[in-house]
Amino acid sequence: MRIEGTRGSVVIVGAGHAGGTVAMELRAAGHGAPVTIVGDEPHVPYQRPPLSKAFLKGGLPEEKLELRPRAWYATHDVDLRLGEPVYAIDRAARRLRLCGGETLAYDHLVLATGVRPARLAVPGANLEGVHHLRGIADARRLATDLGGAGRLVVVGAGFTGLEVAASAATLGCAVTLVARGHKVLSRVASAPVATFLRARHEAAGVAFRFGADVAAFLGDGDRVAGVRLGDGEVLACDRVLVAVGAEANDDLARRAGLACADGGIVVDGSGRTSDPAIFAIGDVSVRPLPYLGGRLVRLESVHNALEQARIAAAVIAETPPPRLEPPWFWSDQYDLKLQTVGLVAEADDLVLRGDPEIGRFAVFHLAGDRLRAVEAINAPLDFAIGKQMVAKDAPISRDALADPSVNIRAVATAH
Amino acid sequence: MAKITYVSSAGCERIVEVPTGTNVMDGALRNDIEGIIGDCAGGCTCSTCHVYVEESWVARLAPPIDIETSMLELAAAPLRPTSRLACQIVVRDDLDGLVVHIPSTQR
Repeated sequence: MRIEGTRGSVVIVGAGHAGGTVAMELRAAGHGAPVTIVGDEPHVPYQRPPLSKAFLKGGLPEEKLELRPRAWYATHDVDLRLGEPVYAIDRAARRLRLCGGETLAYDHLVLATGVRPARLAVPGANLEGVHHLRGIADARRLATDLGGAGRLVVVGAGFTGLEVAASAATLGCAVTLVARGHKVLSRVASAPVATFLRARHEAAGVAFRFGADVAAFLGDGDRVAGVRLGDGEVLACDRVLVAVGAEANDDLARRAGLACADGGIVVDGSGRTSDPAIFAIGDVSVRPLPYLGGRLVRLESVHNALEQARIAAAVIAETPPPRLEPPWFWSDQYDLKLQTVGLVAEADDLVLRGDPEIGRFAVFHLAGDRLRAVEAINAPLDFAIGKQMVAKDAPISRDALADPSVNIRAVATAH
Repeated sequence: MAKITYVSSAGCERIVEVPTGTNVMDGALRNDIEGIIGDCAGGCTCSTCHVYVEESWVARLAPPIDIETSMLELAAAPLRPTSRLACQIVVRDDLDGLVVHIPSTQR
């Protein structure tokens, strides 16, 4: 039985990885007050990573994406308000107003509203067949459109663009990837990883146009039929994916007067916004990261969503905080698994272990005598040991790291 | 479909039916079995679905591949020769009766 207005009631806005995890963690911690999840999509909280991979390639039923089956929410007395956009936050009254007119009282409000794909402001951007990818509905439309192979242009060489390019190439599409930068993953990956991934995509038939801007999408009637680049080249195609980054869904917070900066909602180490009754977690938040000595950063990753969900749930339920980890991430493309820990930009020196020629290597990134990041391709042991070393933040021996005859386990214990 | 027994670290047993083609982690998450977390949801990048397979079953499972063995390095609970990642144990009909023990911690 739920009692409206019970002390400690929690309303979560956003039914993604972060929002769903807060509810699970609260119940696991024994928090007994009402918990409500409000989501604008009609789905129970689900995983997004497979949308650009297994789900797109087919054979993964939608239920497999769910973090927990629908029945879990009823069993654990978590109220779901799905397909319900939020209109406004009344901070003074601690009430959330839904677009449908209803209001929900809260003691703690958790904003887990995520991000939306950035759009290109060019002619033809609204043509049929120009896709963006964020949710299940987007993935379903794109998957349907990719059936029957044909020609796909992907705009953007970030993780979403590369993963969709890999999935589409595997499905038999002729893929051209257009990127503004001069390498793939230009903001996050090292040169060896970027070079290797590009070659793997090219081997699968993906063509690249680097240093290129999209000038317009060209239509055949209502449907996209080509992409004109800034230099005048026209790429004929049957469909397009625009994957040029994301923008935080922080409008609700901004309108409520919560502090926002660096493209998201600013929170402290416990996930609190400038209003102590309101938390913000996951992709939408700008958080002080212990790994960065407390510098503010907005991260888009599963690890970040889960970690902040656990932090906020522990504060609300008054349980011990979770152990924090350096940021980690993974991506699957073709037969490659990329696993990363740390942020490459934090280092100024790199050591390569393994051999890109055989498709199995890791790039270790150092700043002074500290290991700050590892990018591992089909090298899971280097990732696993490297993750522990980055977390430990102890001095390491560069000589041992650079010596291929020294096992990575021995590097971890050498000084 | 296979009946799988999950034994909690406190010794409580739950037997659930898990569909063929899914994995032992899915079986736990879909049946509200505590103690198996699955942060990366089967991406083999987090090691939070660590289980100890009942001794008599170890040889009947497909052996772990390199990535699983490597990721087990990150398991929070002590490793044993029977340690596996539940997300990497794909359910087959002939795994009916499989017993896995859940460690006391995953993080």
